[in-house]
Amino acid sequence: MIEFRNVTKLFPDGTIAVDDFSLVAPSRKITVLVGSSGSGKTTLLRMVNRMVEPTSGGVQIDGEDIVNERPVLLRRRIGYVMQNAGLLPHLTVADNIAAVPKLCGSSHRAARTRALELMETVGLDSHMADRYPSQLSGGQQQRVGVARGLAADPNILLMDEPFGAVDPIVRAELQQELIQLQRELDKTVIFVTHDIDEAFLLGDQVVILATGAKKLQVGSPSEIIENPADDFVAAFIGVDRGRRALRIKHTPNGPVLVDTEGRTQGTLVEDER
Amino acid sequence: MNLLADAIDWIMAPAQWQGPDALHLLVFQHLYFTGLAVLIASVIAVPAGWAIGHTGRGREAAVGISGAARAIPSFGLLILLVLLLGVIHKPEAAMITFVILAIPSLLAGAYTGFEAIDRSVIDAARAMGMSEWQILFKVEIPLGLPLLLGGLRSAALQVVATVTIAAYVNLGGLGLPIITGLALRRYDMVLGGAILVAVLALAVDGLFSLVQRLVTPHGVRTSQGIARSSRGPKNPTAVPVRPLVKQEGRK
Repeated sequence: MIEFRNVTKLFPDGTIAVDDFSLVAPSRKITVLVGSSGSGKTTLLRMVNRMVEPTSGGVQIDGEDIVNERPVLLRRRIGYVMQNAGLLPHLTVADNIAAVPKLCGSSHRAARTRALELMETVGLDSHMADRYPSQLSGGQQQRVGVARGLAADPNILLMDEPFGAVDPIVRAELQQELIQLQRELDKTVIFVTHDIDEAFLLGDQVVILATGAKKLQVGSPSEIIENPADDFVAAFIGVDRGRRALRIKHTPNGPVLVDTEGRTQGTLVEDER
Repeated sequence: MNLLADAIDWIMAPAQWQGPDALHLLVFQHLYFTGLAVLIASVIAVPAGWAIGHTGRGREAAVGISGAARAIPSFGLLILLVLLLGVIHKPEAAMITFVILAIPSLLAGAYTGFEAIDRSVIDAARAMGMSEWQILFKVEIPLGLPLLLGGLRSAALQVVATVTIAAYVNLGGLGLPIITGLALRRYDMVLGGAILVAVLALAVDGLFSLVQRLVTPHGVRTSQGIARSSRGPKNPTAVPVRPLVKQEGRK
């Protein structure tokens, strides 16, 4: 469990990135922070591994204040996946993944074995182990990034718009794989995105943020769609457009659901019970 | 009457390769001065440049100091130092002159090497739990090495050309035939010496270009070049650096 307790972040230039924010991210669930740029979501994420120190307030992991732990050691036990993967360009794929276990004291051989194992987990062919990041596609780099995040077998995984820079088809693929992976691994995940569809797809708990990390609504995707807190949230999640605004259309073969564009999205089936 | 042919004849004459001022001894002296000056300058400038590159602090001071150092005329400084330190300290005076000449390029090479690294790479290294020293040694130094070598190369080149003036204060090197020749109006000797300096400079440059190629990290070599900097404009006085070798991959 990760708990933000009244955290505030004031940057030296005077911007208040986060203003008195509190939240509990439950264990073994995916919590998605979603908001437009400038909503402080990345700042919040980076407070968890002390890449950003809050100006006031604090973060607890399983009831322990993280300020009591050395940042370097804290970061080694928290997986971090960032946009554009952030791979070390002078290391091979396997060495990139093995870097964290090695920092934690694994032998070269054990770290390499672990890296190859993880490559399989994230769907990378083992013949890529000795390639360099520049020789991979964006999607492949991102898989390496995920594998590296998981390398030290952390309980917590922080993901900062990890799929933001890949094309929509690869993104959809990676999202499905993340769901699959989470089913097996049961990590506590905090996921940052500005894509509301991604948030609803992946999140067990979705937090909608406005400027200054103001919480507009916190809940499961269903709760938010069924009962948006205010007009702004309703507009932000788009309840009135696209795939989220469906009308019933009666056809000779029974009722179907039609979106605002007039395209049929599915049929209306009776509840089985 | 062909000066160039005369100069080559002068170089080839067996008399030039004998005695206390034999050309191979002068070449050795020349390289010794160059090597020692660049070594001393590296010991001073490289750690300083790395510190600036890693912390991002002191960059303005470094640009200012290296700009000023570049503007100092070496010959004037040499004579001034000889006068200040006294005639018995001529070797020291010469060495200080050459070290000051070498520092700006090395300093710029060291810190621009770090600045050229994509910030997100450093950020990722820190987020995965590397200590500052580990970031320095495992990420910044290897990735900054090609540009540092570029600085080293241009420093060595400047020094190897400038060591010629050491002969003015009787310290030998390949400036000796040039200065002696000028006094004697023996222009074959002057040109011969100048040709040897030029050949030596080309040899040093070639050697460094080879080393530069060897130290470029593989993953960077195969990519389109080093990651772009996201820390604002480059140092305008930065050393001229070869575009990172677009060599065919290793395997």
